[in-house]
Amino acid sequence: MIRKAVADYPLAMVALLLTAFGIAVVYSAGQTEVPNAAVQNAWIRQLTWLAVGMTAFLVVTRMSVRFLEWAALPAYLIGCGLLVLTLIIGTGAGTAESMKGWIEIGGRRLGQPSEFAKIAVAMMLARVLASTKVAPKSLVDLIKPGIVVLIPWVLVMAQPDLGTSLVFIGLFFAMLFWSGASGTLLLLAASPVISLLFGGSTWWLWATWFILLLVVVWLYKPFVVEGVVLIFANLTMGVAAPVVWNKLEPHQQDRLLTFLDPSRDPKRSGYQVLQSRIAIGSGGWTGKGYTEGSQKRNGFLPEQETDFIFAVLGEELGFIGVSVALTLFLLLFLRIIRVAMRASDSFSSLVAFGLAGSWFVHVIVNVGMTINLMPITGIPLPFFSYGGSFMLACWIAVGILVRISSEGRGRPGELGLA
Amino acid sequence: MSFQPNELQRRGRSAGILTAIAIGVLLVAFFRAQVIEHAEFALQSDDNRLNEVVLPAPRGMILDRNGQVIAENIPGYSVSILSPKVDSLRATLLRLSSILPMSDSLIEVVVKRYRAAPARPAIILNDASFEQVSILEEERNRFPSLVIQAAPKRHYPDSQAVASFVGYTASISEAELETERYKDYKPGQQIGKAGLELQYEADIRGQDGSRFVEVDARGRVVRQGGGRPDRLPESGPDLRTTIDLDLQRFTASLFDSTMQGGAVAMDPVTGAVLAFHSAPAFNPNDFIGGISSRKFAALRTDPRKPLYNKALQGTYPPASTFKLATAIVALEGGIVGLGDRMPQTCTGSYQFGTRPFRCWEKKGHGSLTLAQAIEKSCDVYFYQLGLRMGLDRLLAGGAKLAFGERTGIDLPEENRPGWPQASAYFDRLYGKGGWTNAVILNLSIGQGENDQTVINMARFYTALATDGHAVRPHVVEKPVERKKLFDLTPEQMAGLREALAGVVSSRGTAASAALKTFTVAGKTGTGQNSQNRLKDHAWFVGFAPKDDPKIVVAVLLEFGEHGYLAARIASKMMERYLKATIIQPVNVTGG
Repeated sequence: MIRKAVADYPLAMVALLLTAFGIAVVYSAGQTEVPNAAVQNAWIRQLTWLAVGMTAFLVVTRMSVRFLEWAALPAYLIGCGLLVLTLIIGTGAGTAESMKGWIEIGGRRLGQPSEFAKIAVAMMLARVLASTKVAPKSLVDLIKPGIVVLIPWVLVMAQPDLGTSLVFIGLFFAMLFWSGASGTLLLLAASPVISLLFGGSTWWLWATWFILLLVVVWLYKPFVVEGVVLIFANLTMGVAAPVVWNKLEPHQQDRLLTFLDPSRDPKRSGYQVLQSRIAIGSGGWTGKGYTEGSQKRNGFLPEQETDFIFAVLGEELGFIGVSVALTLFLLLFLRIIRVAMRASDSFSSLVAFGLAGSWFVHVIVNVGMTINLMPITGIPLPFFSYGGSFMLACWIAVGILVRISSEGRGRPGELGLA
Repeated sequence: MSFQPNELQRRGRSAGILTAIAIGVLLVAFFRAQVIEHAEFALQSDDNRLNEVVLPAPRGMILDRNGQVIAENIPGYSVSILSPKVDSLRATLLRLSSILPMSDSLIEVVVKRYRAAPARPAIILNDASFEQVSILEEERNRFPSLVIQAAPKRHYPDSQAVASFVGYTASISEAELETERYKDYKPGQQIGKAGLELQYEADIRGQDGSRFVEVDARGRVVRQGGGRPDRLPESGPDLRTTIDLDLQRFTASLFDSTMQGGAVAMDPVTGAVLAFHSAPAFNPNDFIGGISSRKFAALRTDPRKPLYNKALQGTYPPASTFKLATAIVALEGGIVGLGDRMPQTCTGSYQFGTRPFRCWEKKGHGSLTLAQAIEKSCDVYFYQLGLRMGLDRLLAGGAKLAFGERTGIDLPEENRPGWPQASAYFDRLYGKGGWTNAVILNLSIGQGENDQTVINMARFYTALATDGHAVRPHVVEKPVERKKLFDLTPEQMAGLREALAGVVSSRGTAASAALKTFTVAGKTGTGQNSQNRLKDHAWFVGFAPKDDPKIVVAVLLEFGEHGYLAARIASKMMERYLKATIIQPVNVTGG
């Protein structure tokens, strides 16, 4: 039973507002000078998926947190299994033609398993982190949770889907933070990745970082084995970076380089960001009017119903529309943090915060990409981007959050816990 | 995980602040793009969707002295195409060629035009026919990137009859676009390429307008007329010439299809060119909208050289028409009088050293005065006159009479006449001591190292027709610019005119060119030419009426053989003009 008194209905309302806003923009995305039947009718299919999502939402709100905790392992195993299956029989779609992200049966795309895997991984990670009563203190404590994320991360990278793999990394660090891990530990955990990035640029940057790391390790006083592994990992990554760079697909290299300098290739990879920025910038304060964006209408804006949907919003509704959308997202995040703070137990608290962390990465990377603050990673915007499985997954997540809130403790102050 | 409520509170607060900061950073980035840099992005957005289509302005009309039309503009259509990339341009052209046949070379030309200005529609046809336009309009839906629009088209109603001075227009070339003169022109624009169209390009060009069509990312036109208002084209001002269109047509008609040469008629006092023709002439309308390579090749390889202006560029030995120059130099220098005779009478030839120099009249002219020698065009008399004044005096005199200078007529590509400025010229040509005074004999009868344009001979005779002042010829009204060539007494002038009138009388060499109503004064010439030794060039330069000249005419017939043939054409031109202007005065200000 849902305890109506504490269930966070404002959270569901914000999610519903975002969804309605999103479908309205998807409708506008289909309004072009030379109509494209698929994009034109996307909003109708999106509505259909919303109906499916709402049904799932109602079902999920009737599942107790204890059931979810029990279901974490099976969900995780099924999620990883589907990711393996995707690698074997998966197909590409749209601009992600070279990727294997979709599962298709009889020519009908059923969906992207990675969207559901994100929820399953959040649940599994929460179970693992909640199994101890104290915060992770050393790198050794991070081995188990690390493996939980590493498996799906590798499977997603193999598709290859850079965007989703970024979400997993975000999820991992967000949940570590929520479990009480110290900033230094998070920094040490992230150090091999930082070594990888710096090793890929210039040697002295990496050398500086490496010396800094040695100081931190000395101050942190970890176990000997830990320290040795950490330093060895950083050394390996620094050396491996150029090799890894050469292993990247040309389109991934392109995207990273284009992120650094969009005018590098204005006709090809830089084209998308350039046109997106033009669309947003030309929107001004109030925009060109709903459905009236010329960049979108005339086909200058790429992927206007999926990855670059926020540029449509920016062009047609201007800075005011952008502010409303981002404020709604901020409200959503604050609301979820509130749910996590009031959760009755550590498992549900971690699940709630993990879901927020995952969406946060989606929003920052997707919206940042449209204005060239982030590289193009082909990561959708929750509640906005056209896509059935993502809509469904989002509403399942909202269902989980509402359920967690309903089993929560209410205001900590009222319960005399603060 | 540690689940201590206070720690949870603390973490929750930091997470909330962190999230708010991240969203805040995004908002700042959007504020910068949408509010601070809005103007720049709005411009880029407009540049994306709006393509400028040039609306060609009509050129000013070219009119004759009475306001009759020489060059006008008629409605035409231009077909051009928009495209985001060369590849899609080629693909569209390929599809288009199924309904609008296009040669491979035309496709390449279109691609070249596109590369020169990718943001503008590349012109496929400058001058599409009504049939072509209706076919394209029917298939409009299949080719949304086509831009079809009205484009004024140059037309010369009198075609060949006016080609020699009016010239023609065509698309500006890439090389021309790079020059300073055409720095504010755009690819595909029509410019004057020859004649008055070229000379007065800056005066008669209109101010092109522009229209903005909205296009999508693939270059398809989605809306005619976009966010910016149209700028309407402004027609150029008309150009009034001094040409007498009736005389011009008549002059052109006097050259039948077998004849080639040039004819110029001008007012001896004002320098106004009344008629200007080179035969055979090309049809300037063929050049409008782009001449076919087949037609152009035919024009270029035609042995009669229709593209070569025989009145302006062609240079020919002036032959006996030059004898007046020899006579004037001698009279001005006091070397001879009009009634003076030469020591040796004409027996049909003159012995110079070991070599006999013949007179054109094999029977000989006997003993003649200077005036009679002009009438009969006696070579033997002028040989002796030339020898008497000497080479230096003859060369200096010729230079003073402007035989080595362009007339400065307001038409492009006038050739400089050839006249040796000093005897050193012969040293260079033949080597020192490699030549004898025999060159004087040739020069004094207008042969040898002397090549004159038809327009320059006409200018020289304006000095004879007036008071020794030659006037600069012009086709468009300009302040009169006269230059004193020689200074003779009124008696001497009258005597020379009398002698010239004698030429076109029963006594002279052009008896058959005489007119009933007017006395024509002039001089025939038969010039040897290097192209064909058997067929001489025929000249006539003269004026009428003798005592109050209103018109000077110079006619050259290539391979015309007999000067009197040129004289007949000249006198018909004079008669036509004088009858119209003197006997039946017309309202010269036009209707």
